[in-house]
Amino acid sequence: MLINYVPILIFTVVAIGLVAVIVVLSELLGKKKHFPSKDMPYECGMDPIGDARHRYTVRFYVIAMFFIVFDIEAIFFFPWAVVFKSLGWFGFWEMLVFIGIISVGLVYVWGKGALEWE
Amino acid sequence: MTFTIPSFHLSSIGPWLTLTVTAILILVLDALSPKGRKVCFSWLALAGLAVAAFQTIGLWGSTGTDFARMVYIDDFANFFYLIFILGAALTVLISRQYLEDYGKNMGEYYALIIFATVGMMLMAAGSHLIMIFLGLEIMSIAVYVLAGLFREDLRSNEAALKYLILGSFSSAFLLFGMAMLYGASGGTLFLNDLPLRLGADPAMAPLVLLGVGLLIVGFGFKVAAAPFHMWTPDVYEGAPTSVTAFMAVAVKAAAFAAFARVFFLAFPAIKVDWNMVLWVLAVATMTIGNVAAISQTNIKRMLAYSSIAHAGYLLMAMVAANQLGAMSLLYYLLAYTLMNLGAFGVVILVGRKKDSYLNIYDYSGLGAAHPVLAASMALFMFALAGIPPTAGFVGKFYIFSAAIQAGYIWLAIIGVMNSLVSVFYYLRITVLMYMKPAEADLGPVVFSPALTAVVALTAAGVLAIGIFPGCLYNLAMNAVKIFPGL
Amino acid sequence: MVVPVQYYLALSVALFALGVIGVLIRRNALVIYMCIEMMLNAVNLAFIGFADYFKAVDGQMFVFFVLTVAAAEVAVGLALIVAIFRNRGDVYVDNLNILKW
Repeated sequence: MLINYVPILIFTVVAIGLVAVIVVLSELLGKKKHFPSKDMPYECGMDPIGDARHRYTVRFYVIAMFFIVFDIEAIFFFPWAVVFKSLGWFGFWEMLVFIGIISVGLVYVWGKGALEWE
Repeated sequence: MTFTIPSFHLSSIGPWLTLTVTAILILVLDALSPKGRKVCFSWLALAGLAVAAFQTIGLWGSTGTDFARMVYIDDFANFFYLIFILGAALTVLISRQYLEDYGKNMGEYYALIIFATVGMMLMAAGSHLIMIFLGLEIMSIAVYVLAGLFREDLRSNEAALKYLILGSFSSAFLLFGMAMLYGASGGTLFLNDLPLRLGADPAMAPLVLLGVGLLIVGFGFKVAAAPFHMWTPDVYEGAPTSVTAFMAVAVKAAAFAAFARVFFLAFPAIKVDWNMVLWVLAVATMTIGNVAAISQTNIKRMLAYSSIAHAGYLLMAMVAANQLGAMSLLYYLLAYTLMNLGAFGVVILVGRKKDSYLNIYDYSGLGAAHPVLAASMALFMFALAGIPPTAGFVGKFYIFSAAIQAGYIWLAIIGVMNSLVSVFYYLRITVLMYMKPAEADLGPVVFSPALTAVVALTAAGVLAIGIFPGCLYNLAMNAVKIFPGL
Repeated sequence: MVVPVQYYLALSVALFALGVIGVLIRRNALVIYMCIEMMLNAVNLAFIGFADYFKAVDGQMFVFFVLTVAAAEVAVGLALIVAIFRNRGDVYVDNLNILKW
């Protein structure tokens, strides 16, 4: 019974280990430079202190729209992943086509310059 | 758990694939081409549509289903494919100069038109409610964006938002109807299985009726049937004229394709119930459309009400629910595509640059200034009013005969009376063109080659299928043989 | 414990009705949009309830498609609302009256 959970254990160990390695390495190797805006608490690029009712710049909405669309497309991976093995290579190639079509959307958005902040 | 991948043939959805690839290609080219360089997207779109038309003709005569019974392959679908392709191609042709005047001749426009066409094809050929819903949404979302194409124009914004809100509202009703049918049928969404499964349990009858009622609401919104027509005039007036033309013909045709397929195939057993509802809808739609059109002075708004009235005539063919009725639906939608797109072509021409002249009084004196243009507009108006020898007359004749054949004498009488009312506002345009002098000099009409070609082609088509309807009659009669319940 | 299908259905109908009422009485385009989403979620609930009851997967697949389509609609809706806000400074549907409503 419990042996079934070994992959999850391994996964947990790898995940924690990877994060630890990254944090430690960047602490050791990275340059340390402090300036006021860097030391502020992070709040999605907004000023952390101020009126809560102030208006967001419209760029956030654009990014939010891309996020909704591309994020929701991932929903189709779940049923696919559940039956991945029994679908065989055909399912694999079919999913590649699907990803390809989504990438076209990304290429379009990128080419139109919608991902640039300014 | 093992799955066997069902066998399928890509060729049976050839037109969809061609159009999807075309649209994606246009999008990518548009995104990657350097700013300022013009790629001729309209030609690319037309090429894709032409290939799809050839593939459709190649599919002609084949019957059956494919992709694990998700797709019907039959002449009913093929006939509608050709209507959609014709509508999309004519729209592409009337758009180019119009969009250039607005500085909006973008690749996305053509890509969206083609995506919408693909959605319509799914609606016409879907044999599973998921397919029909997906098709409807692919089409609708593309058209919402098209309606709001002129981003800086408040009217276009407003039209798009109204269309989007009411469109998604109606989709929700349609979906809820599908969910009820799913429950009532004991877990199937295939149109072929629905009739047997729905009749199996009499205790489910209220659920079935609720589902069918909600489907009528959902489709009623899409075809602009009263009392679900309120969005139509506003959206048609505010959207770019070329998009309005596309919405009036192709979107309506697609909605009727799915409407007819679902109701004729899945619910023949409860025909008595939905027939009565559609009877009321048909009468209300015709009357409201025609009466409201009389008082309009904006030509786009007038054509919007006229399109509501035509939805009423088409609903009459649904009420008749016999072979002749189904056939007249196909014939009338093709005829309507030709005459309405022609009329919108003239509206764009007379509107000059940027839709400057959309009032019906701007048509005064057109007969003297541009005799040929005025003559073709008069022809389209006669066709829409149903005056012989145009296609509109033959289509109305078929519809009214279908209603009489099915025993709906009063419906036919109301239909004829409505046609008489409609003659008034269609003829008013003609009278203005020929009997009234021009009120002011509106500047020259710019005849761009594509637009002129569309007007000429549709005028010729309206006359040709009006004088020789026999060939189309046979094609459409063959196409509706797929409905065993009629 | 098995939840009877009637409960799912009752909740779904209630949610759907709330959504319809919201669309009809609210005046802010964004809130109207949220109400439409609520209607779609009511549909999803009905599908899931039935799919569970009949042990058929079509209903669950339908939910996936409804979700993606709703996301696409929201993206288009947000884009339009942003465009309208840029042009006129508010998103109240009462003020959308250039065209006769």
